[in-house]
Amino acid sequence: MEVELKQIRNTLFVRVQGEMDMVVAEKLRQEIDRKLETKKICNLVINLEKVTFIDSSGLGVIIGRYKKIAGWGGKMFIVGARPSVYKILMFSGINRLVPMYNNEQDIINI
Amino acid sequence: MKNYVRFEFQSLPENVSFARACVGAFATQIECTLEEIEEIKLVVSEAVSNCIIHGYENRPHEKVVVVAAIINDQTMEIMVEDYGKGIADIKQAMEPSFSSDPTRMGLGFSLMKSFMDELEVISQPGQGTSVKLKRCFQANTKEALA
Repeated sequence: MEVELKQIRNTLFVRVQGEMDMVVAEKLRQEIDRKLETKKICNLVINLEKVTFIDSSGLGVIIGRYKKIAGWGGKMFIVGARPSVYKILMFSGINRLVPMYNNEQDIINI
Repeated sequence: MKNYVRFEFQSLPENVSFARACVGAFATQIECTLEEIEEIKLVVSEAVSNCIIHGYENRPHEKVVVVAAIINDQTMEIMVEDYGKGIADIKQAMEPSFSSDPTRMGLGFSLMKSFMDELEVISQPGQGTSVKLKRCFQANTKEALA
């Protein structure tokens, strides 16, 4: 797995690459939480453009970060999920909590 | 066509991707779409993750997960088995959003039920758990793999 974290003002952009299963989920959780603990992050954008597979472990990391972000009144977004990943996100109901967009530019334009 | 594979591996998270890739590759022998193969990989990932997380409670030392798959024409059966702690209340474990681990979503069995035609769970406390999954695929979709 490759993960790129980039902070722009108070928003953390997380770009994930590969398969989001229990191995990747744990590493991703640790990396995001380390950043969130700095208290300088309000919002979170998870970019799944290069994620080719997701299972319930991957979903768990997303929903867990949503709870944290929502806990302090921040906003969270998912961008770029390909159809096979999008289908699993929809199945989980995450889309009812976390807005989904095609790309990062769509969020910047909000 | 009839075919059969069976393999076992140490109960390590790193082996989840190995297991789903193997069964996914085996499933290409059936006439099915790439989307259907992705669904097979997903249910294997869920079943094997359950063995590691719940069956063996993330204690990998000398713990084994067994995966078997059978192709019988357009039907695929998958068996995923551990020799771990077992499930006391199978009905409760299969309820959507139930998880013995509060940090997890409890979607594993829901995903398995949703993407397979049949799901059977055999388990007793202390005796391990065996999950059997079955799905029949529509024929004549091979062009989707081309």
